[in-house]
Amino acid sequence: MRRVYLDYSATTPVDERVFEAMKPYYTEMFGNANSLHCFGREGATAVDTSRRKIAALLDVKPTEIYFTSGGTEGDNWALKGVASAYRNKGRRIIVSSVEHAAMIASAKQLESDGFDVVFLPVDGGGRVLPEFLEKVITDDTVLVSVMTANNEIGTVQPIKELAEIAHKHGAYFHTDAVQAVGAIPIDIRGWNVDMLTFSAHKFYGPKGIGALFIKSGIKPSKIITGGHQERSMRGGTTNVPAVVGMAAALELALDNLEENSVRIGKLRDYFVEEIEKKVPYAIYNGDRVHRVPQNANFAFEFIEGESLLLRLDMVGIACSSGSACSSGSLDPSHVLLATGLPVEKAHGSIRFSFGKYTTKEDIDYVIENVVKAVENLRSISPLFSEFKGDKHYV
Amino acid sequence: MYNERVMEEFSNPKNVGEIADANGVGTVGNATCGDIMKIFMKIDENRVIQDVGFQTFGCAAAIATSSAATQMIKGKTIDEALKITNSQVVESLGGLPAQKLHCSVLAEEAIKAAIHDYLENYEKKK
Repeated sequence: MRRVYLDYSATTPVDERVFEAMKPYYTEMFGNANSLHCFGREGATAVDTSRRKIAALLDVKPTEIYFTSGGTEGDNWALKGVASAYRNKGRRIIVSSVEHAAMIASAKQLESDGFDVVFLPVDGGGRVLPEFLEKVITDDTVLVSVMTANNEIGTVQPIKELAEIAHKHGAYFHTDAVQAVGAIPIDIRGWNVDMLTFSAHKFYGPKGIGALFIKSGIKPSKIITGGHQERSMRGGTTNVPAVVGMAAALELALDNLEENSVRIGKLRDYFVEEIEKKVPYAIYNGDRVHRVPQNANFAFEFIEGESLLLRLDMVGIACSSGSACSSGSLDPSHVLLATGLPVEKAHGSIRFSFGKYTTKEDIDYVIENVVKAVENLRSISPLFSEFKGDKHYV
Repeated sequence: MYNERVMEEFSNPKNVGEIADANGVGTVGNATCGDIMKIFMKIDENRVIQDVGFQTFGCAAAIATSSAATQMIKGKTIDEALKITNSQVVESLGGLPAQKLHCSVLAEEAIKAAIHDYLENYEKKK
């Protein structure tokens, strides 16, 4: 059976070239980067070189890059670390209502610890407009955090404008750029953000490694204590092969950024156009303009997302359900609800995310099967019968 | 997450669709919760369920339990059908994930609602 992977926003395969770069650090050069002997020094050199490479690619200082285990840790650290370190400066923390669960859960924890947490609303496309932030920011706001690009609907936020407002009020600005790095140009200095989270497995690097950019002069509290790694800011044996892999992956991703994003964006646009043409009552979620190229998210009315996801899985197509039903919780996506999508439609939402290995043939196969699966599920849906005015519904 | 039996029932559900001359119809759940189950029954003068069909809006577990439950009651009398519990439906599927057990409750309720509809709105009016 044909298999089509359209879940690149969940994770990406490791690029072969990245894997090759990592290999020696598992076997021959396995030393602990903190050890003084030559084995350790090999590891330390690799970490140092990788850090410099990543910093150069992002146009920041190597001392501003802190390796983490990934996006979730970066988000936790930025939010909890700043809230705790600067608690005497103020109690207000502002985050958007469409953040990743790592941020939402951290913000809720701070709220229960007595912080004054404000969740920013978004418009119908999922955007945080600068005036939304203007309305709630106060001079005792310590941190504002808004993600660069949303993981479910791909909406890109006006980061530069939001950071400027935060700074006007003396607050730090963090952005979760996990879905953005490798997908759109990142301009840390131009946007003037104070902290930025990213994760390697979203741009064809290994899982379990990410980094938090922390601008010089800002000192969030540590959340992982232990050794002296990461300039004593984050304990734990450095994952040398993963760090090497992240640097290699970032270099490839940024070298080919324009070419890949144009190609992927065209495939996505073709997919969206065809679905809108061939599937009635499909709502395209998110913002049509301010959007990462790899994301398409649809609410298919009268059916439920998990059923559609599994119907597509049966024909080898991997995508992701906007309805959190499949992930253990019965509540639909907080992101879709924040955009104003009614609950029943949020239940029927599916995310398709494209990547550098996606082909036009893949897309045609998916379109054909989405049409079939939606028709099939609608044929057994009481909501669709009711909508059509069938006998037992009038 | 789902066992093979559940996936099989979801992939090839039995008793799908509306029964035009149904004399007992029950609907439970709502779209906001993400599950609606509608069961149609054709019950004869001996109170035997001759035919049964369903329409379901919901997850794979909701569709699988609808299919399993309708197979369990086909050919049974309404008294027998009323005795079917949600745990029997779950058992017939070889188990469901904990967060999906409510789907089986929905199936039990839909059967009861359809039989109730038959007794109230059909049999009494004969």
